[in-house]
Amino acid sequence: MFNIISNRDGDNLTIELEGTLDTLTAPDLKTRLTEELPGVKKLVFDMQKLEYISSDGLRTLAYAYKKMSEQGSMVVRNVSEDVMEVFEITNFIEFLTIE
Amino acid sequence: MNELKVDAKLEKLDDIMNFIWEELSKIEYPKKLRLKLQLAVEEIFVNIASYAYVDKTGYAIVKVNVQEEPKAAVITFIDGGIKYNPLEKEDPDLNMPLEERTEGGFGIYMVKNIMDDVEYDYVDSQNILTIIKYL
Repeated sequence: MFNIISNRDGDNLTIELEGTLDTLTAPDLKTRLTEELPGVKKLVFDMQKLEYISSDGLRTLAYAYKKMSEQGSMVVRNVSEDVMEVFEITNFIEFLTIE
Repeated sequence: MNELKVDAKLEKLDDIMNFIWEELSKIEYPKKLRLKLQLAVEEIFVNIASYAYVDKTGYAIVKVNVQEEPKAAVITFIDGGIKYNPLEKEDPDLNMPLEERTEGGFGIYMVKNIMDDVEYDYVDSQNILTIIKYL
């Protein structure tokens, strides 16, 4: 199960991720990002309900990070313990702004 | 030991996961371990489905064994694709900026990190990759 709930407020975009971000669901997120990132200055990922992330999920986050480094900033919020562990192993933790 | 044979295609990932959970449902283990197994199994199967057979469709076999003394989940992946030992792959540069990580390359590194042991063998023109996690 994977859900993306996005909320645009002017230049700000908040994307809530829910469930499993894996090889099968990462393309859905990539598509949403491609559609919704134009014009966004601040991107917030709310990961409170994200239970799982695999390397394809990480690639997609890296894609969002790359886009946002060109046009604004990106913040990651409410990361669960399990997802944080993946960020630690891959050293994403060093680069992401985690609130 | 039970096994499942599927086409090595990405859309079979859910079948693989369901088979593994069914096999492991007979034993008790912490939820954190389940997520680690899920991650390792996904990374390995996705590698096989993406690269083992290049443009052809081949098979992947998954075997699950619960070992006693010490108690461990032992999961074996077998494919008949091109010979490839993922353990020989150099570890990724952890200081690589995220902007340069859009092509991935962290899958096997994660598997090595979260499993207790990973073994590779090539027998009868088959890649055999075994992951072991103590329970």
